[in-house]
Amino acid sequence: MIAQADVVVIGGGVVGCAVARKMALEGAKVILLEKGADILEGASKGNSAILHTGFDAPVDTLEQECVALGYAKYHAIHKDMHLPVKKTGAILAAWSEEEEAKFTGILEKANLNGVKDLRMLSRKEVLNIEPALGNSLVSALLVPGESIIDPWSSPLAYLKQAVENGGQAIFNAQVTGGEFANGEWVLQTSQGKVGARYVVNCAGLYGDIVDAAVFGEADFTIKPRKGQFVVFDKSAGSLLTTIILPVPTERTKGIVLFPTIFGNVVVGPTAEEQESRNKAFVDRDVLQSLIKQAEYKLPGLSGMPVTSTFAGIRPATEKSPYRIRKRAECNWLTLGGIRSTGLTAALGLAEKSFEWLLEFGASFKAVQAPIIPVMPNLAEHLPRDYTKPGYDEIVCHCEMVTDREIKEAMSGSVPAGNLGGLKRRTRVTMGRCQGFYCSARLAELTKGKLEDSLEVGVAHD
Amino acid sequence: MTKDVLDMTCDVAIVGGGPAGLGAAVALKQAGVANVTVLDRESEPGGVPRHCGHPPFGIVEFKRICSGPVYARRLVQKAREEGVKILSRTTVLALHPGGELSIASPQGQGTVTASKVVLATGVRETPRAARLVSGGRMHGICTTGALQSMVYLKNLIPFRKPVIIGSEIVSFSALLTCRRAGIKPVAMLEENASPSVVWPVKYAAALLGVRLQCECQLLSIYGNERVEGVQIRDRFGVVRDLECDGVLFTGAFTPEASLVRMSHLQSNKTSGSPVIDETGHCSDSAYLAAGNLLSPANVAMKCWADGRRIARSICSEIAA
Repeated sequence: MIAQADVVVIGGGVVGCAVARKMALEGAKVILLEKGADILEGASKGNSAILHTGFDAPVDTLEQECVALGYAKYHAIHKDMHLPVKKTGAILAAWSEEEEAKFTGILEKANLNGVKDLRMLSRKEVLNIEPALGNSLVSALLVPGESIIDPWSSPLAYLKQAVENGGQAIFNAQVTGGEFANGEWVLQTSQGKVGARYVVNCAGLYGDIVDAAVFGEADFTIKPRKGQFVVFDKSAGSLLTTIILPVPTERTKGIVLFPTIFGNVVVGPTAEEQESRNKAFVDRDVLQSLIKQAEYKLPGLSGMPVTSTFAGIRPATEKSPYRIRKRAECNWLTLGGIRSTGLTAALGLAEKSFEWLLEFGASFKAVQAPIIPVMPNLAEHLPRDYTKPGYDEIVCHCEMVTDREIKEAMSGSVPAGNLGGLKRRTRVTMGRCQGFYCSARLAELTKGKLEDSLEVGVAHD
Repeated sequence: MTKDVLDMTCDVAIVGGGPAGLGAAVALKQAGVANVTVLDRESEPGGVPRHCGHPPFGIVEFKRICSGPVYARRLVQKAREEGVKILSRTTVLALHPGGELSIASPQGQGTVTASKVVLATGVRETPRAARLVSGGRMHGICTTGALQSMVYLKNLIPFRKPVIIGSEIVSFSALLTCRRAGIKPVAMLEENASPSVVWPVKYAAALLGVRLQCECQLLSIYGNERVEGVQIRDRFGVVRDLECDGVLFTGAFTPEASLVRMSHLQSNKTSGSPVIDETGHCSDSAYLAAGNLLSPANVAMKCWADGRRIARSICSEIAA
């Protein structure tokens, strides 16, 4: 046995990190097992970074409950951890009269979901808020509570808090099986055996595979759903201050145009079913069509340079609701099918998961005066590291990342495990030049310190 | 208080310490301008030639042929000899009306107030993302600039057998860098019917045993952690896979114009270059622009000469 825990959390996505935090704060000895070299390597890698109010969530569902709870929890904890929130509000825009006709239903649903501050905006009122929006806009609903957050620093903060309060994260540890006997789990992982009294499966895109590896079968099947995004240059930032939502359809929230906390404007995601759980490939035709849709809604984007393109994969299943399975007989909880609402719902799911473990008979003694990690700020509207003297150099000029930030991200309670993790912690190379100016210095700074590397060897002359 | 540590005034502030910026700075000093300050965000001034480790540089400027790094050092040395103040690791954060610049450096932040500002921020290549290339985002995808700074400044290589995309002058430079570093490109792909610049590219590619394939389209990049291959459509319309461990995007230069785009200055919407009049002045006459920021991508010699032209424009304005 390489480690023994009260609660093992499988998967270092946003849900796993939030669950690990909650359990650690409640006094459980927590171990998070992640099959990758860093957290956020799966579904949580690419999303729209919006903190949802849940106004449009399916009524009377666990999803709606967790989104609302997660939204409230986030607001309760973000200040202490220095996690940025920007309450931009969202404009749910109708671009035709047919779309406008759906507003009544959306308002009713929002009311039932307890989000009561929505209001109708005339075309003129919308254009007062967002003067750069396209001509063909008909009218809109304003959802004042919708906000943007840092989608990577938040889960990192959750896991850091878990680790700094007695928890542990083990990386490159894929769960391949498990045995339950005498009230104890022994999980087989690629790093060795790990013992636990309770297990929470938060394996996201691999949730069904983990359940099947342990129980022989899973009661849901992951149907990976890819979403492609286009990130516009920061000079587009002045064109848009709110989130522009489409009128949703049955299947998806649709394509959103939104500002990011880092100062970009992004359009996406698409919703494309695919077989692969890990190939987040982009497609030129799809990207071009996204740009065209963005330009239609926000004509000022025409001719605007593209900074980046990416795809995220959501762990959808054959059914729409969250797929929660409580195996009380063996103290195993599966949080499956947490799709696009996961970033907001994670903290809510963590609260619910704790309640469910109590139902299983768990009992812990909550940590008194827990340690609260303070996160470095990456948000554009708040002071960044380079504004404080004492660093050596700015390494990434597009995103203004200092050597000090890079060095700090590679140390601490949850250091970066690979280059992707370092980018998510600092934004290095994520800007408009995509590494033209800084990748050489970055290769030098990270050489031998991460599991992967920019370089494959030395040059010979 | 860290906010005001770096406040300063000067006659001419130059943003960017490459050939254009340093060319302008030297000419201004030679014409008798008292306080000329170059602000460069890198650890070492000199601009892109710093990491172009091969000749020919310096034919007009120094009457001799030298490599990029030697040329860059000479430019910097010359500027210092003439009394130009060069501040490296100094980033200009914003351009304000009338020649006021917000700056940041490891010492703190501040404001530079100048009678005239010369914008000489140069160019960079268009990376993969902005080209909307299909496929995955894995290690081994970069531009010539990134490759050259890895090879010439850090002695590292990002791949061993890449495909090269493009056939501009810089692609020729990329071929030389590959040879120098022991990298063996598997192919050079050009979308058009013939290379963008025929003689050096065709000649160098053949010399290095790299197959130049024209009318060939890069369809997508695949692999897991690193690039494992690309899918291409060749001149006969056949779609096939090409095994490689990297993709080197060359050329398609774009001005490093983000400061201009975010400022009050009028700019060209697509390129981001500032709109200038015949004397090199921007829409705010406190600002002028020089070098590759205006017309990507000329060789160092031309940028240097353009810097000198802008310096003359400033001097004649002062004299008038």
